[in-house]
Amino acid sequence: MTAQLNEALLRGLTPGVLGILVRRGADFATAEDAVQEALIEALRVWPEDQPHDPKGWLVTVAWRKFLDATRAETARRRREDLLEEEPAPGPAAATDDTLQLYFLCAHPSLTPSSAVALTLRAVGGLTTRQIAQAYLVPEATMAQRISRAKRTVGEVRFDQPGDVATVLRVLYLVFNEGYSGDLDLAAEAIRLTRQLAAAIDHPEAAGLLALMLLHHARRAARTTPEGELVPLAEQDRSRWDTALIAEGVHILQAALARDRLGEFQAQAAIAALHADAPAAAETDWVQIVEWYDELAGLTGNPVVRLNRAVAVGEADGPRAGLAALAKLDSSLPRYTAVAAYLHERDGDLATAARLYAEAAQQASNLAEVAHLTRQAARLNASR
Amino acid sequence: MAKYLLLKHYRGAPAAVNNVPMAEWTPEEISAHVQYMQDFADRLKQTGEYVDGQALAPEGLWVQYNGEGRPPATDGPFAETKDLIAGWMVIDVDSQDRAIELAGELSAAPGAGGKPIHEWLELRPFYGVAPTVTE
Repeated sequence: MTAQLNEALLRGLTPGVLGILVRRGADFATAEDAVQEALIEALRVWPEDQPHDPKGWLVTVAWRKFLDATRAETARRRREDLLEEEPAPGPAAATDDTLQLYFLCAHPSLTPSSAVALTLRAVGGLTTRQIAQAYLVPEATMAQRISRAKRTVGEVRFDQPGDVATVLRVLYLVFNEGYSGDLDLAAEAIRLTRQLAAAIDHPEAAGLLALMLLHHARRAARTTPEGELVPLAEQDRSRWDTALIAEGVHILQAALARDRLGEFQAQAAIAALHADAPAAAETDWVQIVEWYDELAGLTGNPVVRLNRAVAVGEADGPRAGLAALAKLDSSLPRYTAVAAYLHERDGDLATAARLYAEAAQQASNLAEVAHLTRQAARLNASR
Repeated sequence: MAKYLLLKHYRGAPAAVNNVPMAEWTPEEISAHVQYMQDFADRLKQTGEYVDGQALAPEGLWVQYNGEGRPPATDGPFAETKDLIAGWMVIDVDSQDRAIELAGELSAAPGAGGKPIHEWLELRPFYGVAPTVTE
């Protein structure tokens, strides 16, 4: 078995192993350290001697590491209690333990960045170094963030039902971070969401998975090799991953059929309508506006209304889009960029050029700044 | 999950409230000031919000390309009026509110008389990576 295969297998097994240790009564921080040590041991031993039951092997080794650590900390009484409580070895149902781990790592007592870091480490089985590289912070900074997060959730009782919405939000944050270094956070978020959606019967977990797959399917077409943004309408649709789109649509349809609509399903429905159009001009904007209305009703999020104004502009013409826009707060992120686009569609190129330049000043990432500046320059050059 | 640059200026920022030149402080006041900044950085390391920080010498130069085959020009017309950066710290925090709170804390470093200097700090957000979902 190759090292890569081992690593993928280990990362898949990590949350279940950690969950079993915690359920046996191990405190979260020590258990997490013990599992990491067991993973290192596995990477060393398995290439020579692959166990028949990798998960059972990991549980045994991690539990031994945990006991060693506990022993070293003079908590003798506690260790003896734990030994007495240790259940007989044997295959255990994986899903409940893994699920609880998701809930713990996304606990509401954590800040979003701590929840993200802890989820990637404990549920994702990533190393602190990998996570630090992905978020472009020093390893020591990420190590502190993770150990503080572990201390924060150390006191959390593990028998309370978790909050699915919080878990989904954390996974969505990971997905939106994109990728840098050698770790693709979008792919990692998809892997974890897949695992979660398989473990719980929840239409929004399915909705989030569908949304991620549908967005991910378009990733290759979203930027040029030089990193420039390509707007949806100009993307080379032959570069969209049709297998991922088909899978996303399939998952979404099953979720929608259950008639418990949530915001991720609604967003996925919009993404599916975009993915479904053979050409930008054939996009079903009328239906997209209807989904934005559903979404606005579910979330009340002003950014949703901003996106809706774009869709209205396509469905009913730029004047209608501008009228929808006029009802919104002009300090919303990307408000000016949307206004610029709608004015250009309406033929007012001078206003559009001025607004594109203004929007570039307000953009929060470099690719967007460059894109909006080019839009302004293009219109200025054409006049 | 947003990075900010905190900039301290030798010159170019509005005057601090407690604006006594450091050379006129007592040695203990200088030590207290330096200790405050060190404690501030250490605390951010503990919270997992510290990325990097350095102090800069005051002798910075403006440099400009000066044409083919000629040495770069330095300091041009700016020598007396230019802004000078004294040091910087990069933090990685959950929100702009948190970044402002921390900058306010750093600006409260003690100066002459042990009172906060109320110096102005520049707070600049980093450009982030491109978000995936914008369509």
